[in-house]
Amino acid sequence: MAAADSTDTLVSIQGVTKDFGGTLAVDGIDLEIRRGEYFSLLGGSGCGKTTLLRMLGGFETPTSGRIMIDGQDMADVPAYRRPVNMMFQSYALFPHMSVAQNVAFGLEQEKVVKSERDDRVAEALSMVQLGEYGRRKPHQLSGGQRQRVALARALVKRPKLLLLDEPLAALDRKLREKTQFELANIQVKVGITFIMVTHDQEEAMTLSDRLAVMNAGRIIQVGTPGDIYEFPANRMVGEFIGTINVFEGTADLADGSVHCPALPCPIVLEDKIAADPESQVAIGIRPEKMRIRKAGSAPSEAAPASNFLTGKVEDIAYLGDLSIFHVRLADGRIVQVSRTNTTRRRDEPLTWEDTVEVEWDPQAPVVLHQ
Amino acid sequence: MTDTAADRVADSPALSASRGRLIGILIPTAWLLLFFAIPFLFVIKISLSEAAYSVPPVSDFLIWQDGWPVLQATWANFALILDDPLYLQALLGSLRIAAISTLLTLLIGYPMAYAIARAEPGMRTPLLLLVILPFWTSFLIRVYAWSTLLQDQGMINSALMWLGVIDDPMRMLNTEFAVQLGIVYSYLPFMILPLYATLERLDGSLLEAAADLGARPATTFWRVTLPLSLPGVAAGCLLVFIPAAGEFVIPELLGGPDTLMIGKVMWQEFFNNRDWPVASALATILLLLLIVPILLLDRTQSRAEQG
Amino acid sequence: MRRGSFLTLCLWAGFAFLYLPIIVLIVYSFNASRLVAVWGGWSVKWYGELFRDPQVLGAASMSLQIAAISATVAVVIGGLAGYALSRFGRFRGRTGFSTMLTAPLVMPEVITGLSLLMLFIAMEGLVGWPAGRGMTTVIIAHITFAAAYVAVVVRSRVAGLDRALEEAAMDLGARPLTVLRRITLPMLMPGLLSGWLLAFTLSLDDLVIASFVTGPGATTLPMLIFSKVRLGVSPDINALATLIVAVVASGVLLSGWIMLRAERRHARQVRAAFRREGAMDGN
Ligand SMILES: Nc1ncnc2c1ncn2[C@@H]1O[C@H](COP(=O)(O)OP(=O)(O)OP(=O)(O)O)[C@@H](O)[C@H]1O
Ligand SMILES: [Mg+2]
Repeated sequence: MAAADSTDTLVSIQGVTKDFGGTLAVDGIDLEIRRGEYFSLLGGSGCGKTTLLRMLGGFETPTSGRIMIDGQDMADVPAYRRPVNMMFQSYALFPHMSVAQNVAFGLEQEKVVKSERDDRVAEALSMVQLGEYGRRKPHQLSGGQRQRVALARALVKRPKLLLLDEPLAALDRKLREKTQFELANIQVKVGITFIMVTHDQEEAMTLSDRLAVMNAGRIIQVGTPGDIYEFPANRMVGEFIGTINVFEGTADLADGSVHCPALPCPIVLEDKIAADPESQVAIGIRPEKMRIRKAGSAPSEAAPASNFLTGKVEDIAYLGDLSIFHVRLADGRIVQVSRTNTTRRRDEPLTWEDTVEVEWDPQAPVVLHQ
Repeated sequence: MTDTAADRVADSPALSASRGRLIGILIPTAWLLLFFAIPFLFVIKISLSEAAYSVPPVSDFLIWQDGWPVLQATWANFALILDDPLYLQALLGSLRIAAISTLLTLLIGYPMAYAIARAEPGMRTPLLLLVILPFWTSFLIRVYAWSTLLQDQGMINSALMWLGVIDDPMRMLNTEFAVQLGIVYSYLPFMILPLYATLERLDGSLLEAAADLGARPATTFWRVTLPLSLPGVAAGCLLVFIPAAGEFVIPELLGGPDTLMIGKVMWQEFFNNRDWPVASALATILLLLLIVPILLLDRTQSRAEQG
Repeated sequence: MRRGSFLTLCLWAGFAFLYLPIIVLIVYSFNASRLVAVWGGWSVKWYGELFRDPQVLGAASMSLQIAAISATVAVVIGGLAGYALSRFGRFRGRTGFSTMLTAPLVMPEVITGLSLLMLFIAMEGLVGWPAGRGMTTVIIAHITFAAAYVAVVVRSRVAGLDRALEEAAMDLGARPLTVLRRITLPMLMPGLLSGWLLAFTLSLDDLVIASFVTGPGATTLPMLIFSKVRLGVSPDINALATLIVAVVASGVLLSGWIMLRAERRHARQVRAAFRREGAMDGN
């Protein structure tokens, strides 16, 4: 928790807690965000993402803990003096002002002279491709246009940090995908640090340099999208981002394998497990890291001694690029296996009620804590 | 009640940190304390004093006897009120008339509010405006208009006689009926507005869901619409009942000598008999009777805001 | 269908009930005869009588002044109170604060009037102000109950105002006073205006409270009307009522028409904006 004010840290959140008269919305969060980073907060509804963001913006006071931005303690800095701007989820465009007046509002507060103000407003509006729309009122714009005005209004102040609360939530799917790329391009162009809240894991993975997964007011894991997907710290993260099959078993220190009652043979991991002998561990394996085939169609005759299971196909979801198989094991549990549809085929060799064999490599399983 | 220092925990720091927040609470608080809450204390004080031939016509509350202050409080005014059937009748009569009128207002107002809430969205505002419009014209004049309508030679009697329904004019003016009519007429907008507010918010898909599940319109009304509009019913009834119980103008202009209502009796004690202590004692009793409904109204409103 | 027509019937019967007395008043204001029961032909002589009566003109101007001043102060006090109730969350003393704002809405006027008079007399004895009773005391009394009504109007208006708008302004560097001036007040303006009109009407309408707290020389219009009405039928009151109705109705119709026009234009612009966006996305 040392205030590591190294030059590349922009935001440092230290032991921050927010208590809304009994509800712990944010529960002791420590987090460092680097300069120029696109950082996302991801988590289920009500886990405290908005609250954390609002504390950074200065709209809520932390019950305890410290927030430093650019080495400065924010405790006594009101919202209107913070080098931070926020893009509100509802966009919060002033309905009685035109688009240009909305964008100019923040510059007026800084007493930027009129000529420079006009230039910067025009520049910001053209950056979000709304150069022609300055004289419109917000109600004369569509949802996507409003979203871009809100972005221009926040960016025109050239803040050190931009906070975005579910910036794309109000847009339909197609427009959202298009806007995601625009957002990423703009962030690279202006070089401002972005912190974005989102529900949408795909959006977080696409846009972020790093992301934090939150649950019940705490941060469960911080890392790059790759880290978080491939090495989820626990079962909750694994299940929140993508799909994961979880097997519980006992660790055997002698060979570093894990014995699961549900599986016919042990799971062997590439990184030898370092748990207490006989202790319960949970192992996660992503569906795409497993291979599926019809029983008896294997080239080798003997069943493998590890990393292997058999079951019956219960359900098949054909998604075009992928097919997802729900395989029922002997004890009734379901394992999901996905297969990339690399070849075009008329008759799918695997069908319902087929007995199948599933296997994976030793680097596929990952230990899930807690 | 007096302590209204801003609490910094609950809200956005920039606002709570500013003095604006304190000002926003302190100015109205100070005004209402001084000109609304504290005056009741003086009423209570006068109600415990004796009438006197002086200006003002009450004896001093505190007198000095041999260098010592002596409190001259007396329960005599309250005792008089409880003894004299006139006052008790007036009190009970007010509550009865207010209750009956409130019920009638509800029965007339509910269908109107419901009709407006179910009208086309574009029509709702004009219809509401039609409900409120009479309220913007002088209350006194509207009550007076009823007194001319209800006269023995008034339009209603003339019309009924012309139609042959009655042979001799019905006595309507200066009766309790006229007072109830006047209350219903004057307070109808106060019933319709809160009812409309709850009925309009009622999600139309709830009614469709009830119908989908096989409920007939009447059942839907009893099981879905009415229960969901109860907060509006409560607010509307309290908004009518409380002021009606202390009404003066309506019984004065439309009621007869035997229509006893506490507001009118109090007015007479104060202006005609110049008996301030008894008038104050009556006001105190009425206030005590109305405190619970007033607190109820406050709770309904706060709950409506949260919900 | 049947229920719909039953409701419609109720609605129009209700409106007939509300408007019947007003229509009768208007018609009789043009009655040449002094007697209500007798139709003496059309005449505008009561209007002439009204305008020649110095008492009526004096009371009307007194009432208008009182109403204008008390409505203006009530908007400030009630506006602050309504904003505080809607936006300041929980503060200590909130329950008492809210009760003090609700109670004046329904408090029987005889109680409010009597208690204020007792206060004024006691204050005069203690601090020498207000010296005697008259216009000032009536204004104070009217501010008090009108502020409660304004608070209701402003409170619901603030509740409908997206809080993020004020936060966004602050986020863009506006200090609290600037937020108030540039964002909050302009957005609340319709609420404040209707609050002012409401307070103005309430003050113009009040008989009971003013009767208690007024003094010699400060006769308001309702007090004058009341004394005339108590004496019996006075047709010039019908003329006065008709004038009031005419002013109010034309005001309401005018503002209604302006609002309707603005709404239509707004709807057209929104539709246009979406058509354009749709065309852009299509490419
Ligand atoms: N002003 C407030 N008063 C009381 N409780 C609050 C307040 N704001 C938020 N909370 C509570 O704090 C918790 C976290 O809320 P927050 O809005 O931060 O969640 P979130 O992660 O943004 O959720 P969502 O994804 O649904 O937007 C919730 O339980 C919420 O009910
Ligand atoms: Mg949120």
